Amino acid sequence: MSTQTKLLTMKGISKSFGKAVIALDDVQFELESGEIHALLGENGAGKSTLIKVLTGVEERDKGEVELDGKKIHPKSTNEAQQVGISTVYQEVNLCPNLSVAENIYIGRAPKTKMGGIDWKTMTEDAAKLLEKFDLKLDVSKSLDNYSVAVQQMVAIARASDIKAKVLILDEPTSSLSKVEVEKLFTIMKRLRSEGMGIIFVTHFLDQVYEVTDRITVLRNGRYVGTYKTCDLPRVELVSKMIGKDYAVLNQSLKEGQAEKEGTRTGDELISMKNVSHQGSISQMDLSISKGEVLGLSGLLGSGRSETARVLFGIDQVNEGEIYINGESVNLKHPIDAIRKDLAFCPENRKTEGIIGDLSIRDNMVLALQAKKGLFKKISKKEAQAIADEYIEKLEIKTPNADQLIKNLSGGNQQKVILARWLATNPELLMLDEPTRGIDIGTKAEIQKIVIDLAAQGMAVLFISSELDEELRCCRRIVVLKDMERVGEVSGDNISEGAVMQIMAGGETK
Amino acid sequence: MKDLKKLRIKNISLTMTVLLFLIMFIFGSVRYDHFLSLSTFLNLFNDNAYLMIAGIGITFVLITGGIDISISSTIAFTGVFMAYCLQHGMPSFVVIPLALIIGIIVGAVQGSLIHYFKLQPFIVTLAGQFLMRGLCVVISEASIPITDPFFKFMALGRIQIRLGDSKAFNGKIYYYVLIFIAVLCTALYVLKKTPFGRAVYAVGGSEQSAELMGLNVARTKIGAYIISSFCAALAGVVFSFYTLAGYGLQNMGMELDAISSAVIGGTLLTGGVGSVFGTAVGAMIQGIIQTIVTYENLNTWWTKVTIAGLLCFFIVVQRIIAVRAEAMKGKAVAAA
Amino acid sequence: MKTKLAKLSGYQAFWPVVIFLTIILFNTIMTGGEFLSITIVDGHFYGRIIDIFRNGGKLMILAAGMTMVLATGGTDISVGSVMAISGAIACSIIKGVLLPGLNGNVAAAIILAIIAGIICGLWNGLLVSQIKIQPIVATMILLVAGRGIAQLITNGKIVTINSDAYYFINGGYILGLPFPLYIVLFLVGMLLIFVNRTAFGLFLESIGCNPLASKFAGIKVNLYLLAIYTISGAFAAVAGLIESAGIKGADCNNAGLNIELDAILAVAIGGTNLMGGRFSIFASVIGALIVQSITTTVLALGVPAAYIRVLKALLIIIICLAQSNRFKLSFKKAKVAEKKEAVVL
Repeated sequence: MSTQTKLLTMKGISKSFGKAVIALDDVQFELESGEIHALLGENGAGKSTLIKVLTGVEERDKGEVELDGKKIHPKSTNEAQQVGISTVYQEVNLCPNLSVAENIYIGRAPKTKMGGIDWKTMTEDAAKLLEKFDLKLDVSKSLDNYSVAVQQMVAIARASDIKAKVLILDEPTSSLSKVEVEKLFTIMKRLRSEGMGIIFVTHFLDQVYEVTDRITVLRNGRYVGTYKTCDLPRVELVSKMIGKDYAVLNQSLKEGQAEKEGTRTGDELISMKNVSHQGSISQMDLSISKGEVLGLSGLLGSGRSETARVLFGIDQVNEGEIYINGESVNLKHPIDAIRKDLAFCPENRKTEGIIGDLSIRDNMVLALQAKKGLFKKISKKEAQAIADEYIEKLEIKTPNADQLIKNLSGGNQQKVILARWLATNPELLMLDEPTRGIDIGTKAEIQKIVIDLAAQGMAVLFISSELDEELRCCRRIVVLKDMERVGEVSGDNISEGAVMQIMAGGETK
Repeated sequence: MKDLKKLRIKNISLTMTVLLFLIMFIFGSVRYDHFLSLSTFLNLFNDNAYLMIAGIGITFVLITGGIDISISSTIAFTGVFMAYCLQHGMPSFVVIPLALIIGIIVGAVQGSLIHYFKLQPFIVTLAGQFLMRGLCVVISEASIPITDPFFKFMALGRIQIRLGDSKAFNGKIYYYVLIFIAVLCTALYVLKKTPFGRAVYAVGGSEQSAELMGLNVARTKIGAYIISSFCAALAGVVFSFYTLAGYGLQNMGMELDAISSAVIGGTLLTGGVGSVFGTAVGAMIQGIIQTIVTYENLNTWWTKVTIAGLLCFFIVVQRIIAVRAEAMKGKAVAAA
Repeated sequence: MKTKLAKLSGYQAFWPVVIFLTIILFNTIMTGGEFLSITIVDGHFYGRIIDIFRNGGKLMILAAGMTMVLATGGTDISVGSVMAISGAIACSIIKGVLLPGLNGNVAAAIILAIIAGIICGLWNGLLVSQIKIQPIVATMILLVAGRGIAQLITNGKIVTINSDAYYFINGGYILGLPFPLYIVLFLVGMLLIFVNRTAFGLFLESIGCNPLASKFAGIKVNLYLLAIYTISGAFAAVAGLIESAGIKGADCNNAGLNIELDAILAVAIGGTNLMGGRFSIFASVIGALIVQSITTTVLALGVPAAYIRVLKALLIIIICLAQSNRFKLSFKKAKVAEKKEAVVL
């Protein structure tokens, strides 16, 4: 740590989109060589914009960036790479159709004397490089043969191999298992010891405390401060990120929960018996009662989203039975599930949820209209009434229902999708990562809505990768692993530790 | 075992294509007298060189995940344009480069509209198709004969090949087939060995990723459309050698033939996968269908209908393979 | 007054109607009022305006079907070939070459031709919705093969027929107005009622914007895709009947040739985004009238027919550019935008 020198300085960075949206307002950031620096903030804080400015994806309006004492102004990711800034994104940004080796070396492949690409050297180099990451792959196979986690590691290998001085890791861990995260941290630490400066963006606070040296917090596009990780208690960090007192926030939720504790869960609404879908879930048993919030926990690919997809008729049951109110049902298409009073907010809001170019009103009535059928058109008046009702109820921030949904913020979009399903008056509401990419305030609001709904007798299936969120909302959590149900915690036994233990240990059912 | 697996997933289409070609050739040989001969085989090149060249060009665009349905018009336009220029006394060594430059310009304009303004490729190239067909008729409604000595030389000049005394072992290839061979070799090299070629595949695999990996997506995409139009212009030149005329209504609907060649040769219309060698074989399959239809003395429209049917068949097969691969991947993830 | 105008201009069909009226005005001035004159012969109306409506009938029908296809982000370039098939079937049956058992029954010929159109549309729809072939390729298969099929039906010949009942489809008059106009009113009217009285419009827009999310919201996307390609095919068959009744026979080489561009142009002029999403069938029908009147006008000005196609192709690109956000952006601040184009995904 003694050899640290200033590597990267960003000063007075401002960036606005149009007149209304100020994404960054006079933000500063400093990175030393040989440090892992966490960049934290809620969604909309400006983290991603700052990184986009740094990597040349977005043009900055104002401000200066210096790397190694030289002013830089990259205009594209390519230019950023050339000056020594490389990035790994949350979603794997590699080409699935190319070989592993090529994904690592494309754009800078070794050449033969004839001037063509030297495939042999490239393959050998790639294999050697990946060995450093404890990965033994057939690098000549195309990337889509491998799991998302492996792909993510390949992306990191690529980024670290480019003669980078600054490595940006933008939420790289969301698709990795615990073991893989450990592996990643080992690599990060090694790169740090080699003098690289690493910017680490994550929303897992545990990881921040495990691996980073310093923390810079942004809020609402403004710079809040830079702190030594070891000097900043967790609670304080959170309150800096959200700008309000965490304890107060937590308190209101606790009250909500207490309310819920009072209500008794009713009869069984829906159950899965021995349900399998090839490649996604296997021999799943699950039962949800009226008025219950059931949590579904597990790592990515454990079958948590997949279970909801099967329940909603997106993926078909290969084996086993689904019962609704004791009746065996055959769900072939989401509409079948909707007609049985099921509802599902999918994980990928942008691709599976919103209809971007339609108004808030149209987005809200869509599922209800589908449920009613083609010929029973909801009149504009009725639609307006529904829209007004939910804009008020869910406190959606919009001037009117005519706004296109794509112009709303993530949190408000999520509320519109929630309204879409509440309008169908469902008995079971399935929420897959309902608070992902949403600021903490809205997050708490949505959690409260969920608890309230259950209190009114609705059954809720709650899927989240954030354990504390599940603990807050659910009284019973079913844990999945490798497409199978591995355990359940409920009542007083519910705790982060208990869930994690099942997730990690694979306690048998 | 490993190689076998690779063969199965990646090259299944190409293997099928080559097999299909052999089966059809054998079918023809058994059914018709005089079919089995070197000259039947070589004539596939002689008669389809222009289609192969155009098909190789469009393969680039298809690999990037785009589409170009303007190529038949480009071929017709360059044909009419050259015939018109030659008729008005311009020398062939000026006219041919000029035609090729027109091809490059057409591709650059179309590619830029598609990339920079995010217009849909089919709309842009559909408009391009109509634009150039219209321009053909503006230049001349009638067919213009070409009498230029160089064109005549290329039209008639050929290499005799004798592999034996029997007539079946004799054949000829015209000089312009060499242009096709040059194009094929260049395309193979470019796609396999140059950064541009690899970027074409990368863009087809994921444009966003390619951008973030620092590849020049604009250059790659526009480059692919330029290659497509350039090859079409070159195909137009070869076609003029072949017919010694320029006619505005020539080759209507040939883009389907070119796309079929590529798809039959293993190119995925979803982008990211494809080979120009496959395209060449795909074009030869169409040539053989044409030959069989001629031998059968059928209405030539049968060729079109058969090719369309074959295209459908291959697309369906590709879909099935893709769905299977997806399922297998699911299993692999489960096993991991 | 001002607010009323503002409200009117909010409708998608506003500008198309304005353009159409302008073209008519232009023609009226150019011809010294002759353009607008309508004469009555034998109780039938004749005149240039009437001609535009009559000759534009096919295009209005095609444009109505094409609008929905484009609204879902697809396209149907096979309409011309479907017209050829429908004409070939109808004329062959009436002549007695095909299905001689029907004795050249005109009604049966029309019904079978329309059924053929429906089958063509279903085929396109299946390829697009079930096998997930890009619409342009799926319909191109029929574009090329369809004309071949039509040729095979007529054995490669031009089939001329002699049937006053069949001629009526194009040349007939009811209450002094040409019959094709009634076909347009009927088909487009039915479609408009269907789209407006049901949730069909909302579903199509939703599918055009985001098919996956639409499926997740409970819309049977594949079913609707199948339906609109089928409607497009059926409409094309009707247009084919009008065309073949007009030339009193089936000409498989030229029937409906290149008409797909006109149909797409009509929809584009109508203001429907060719990328999918918001659409207006009425605006497209006006767009079809504009295309038809442009053709008439340009021909009347003595410009050779060949230039019209060039003009239309350019027009499509210009309209697309005008719809493109990126173009507007680069227009406003050319320099800044240019840099962005290269990096923004």
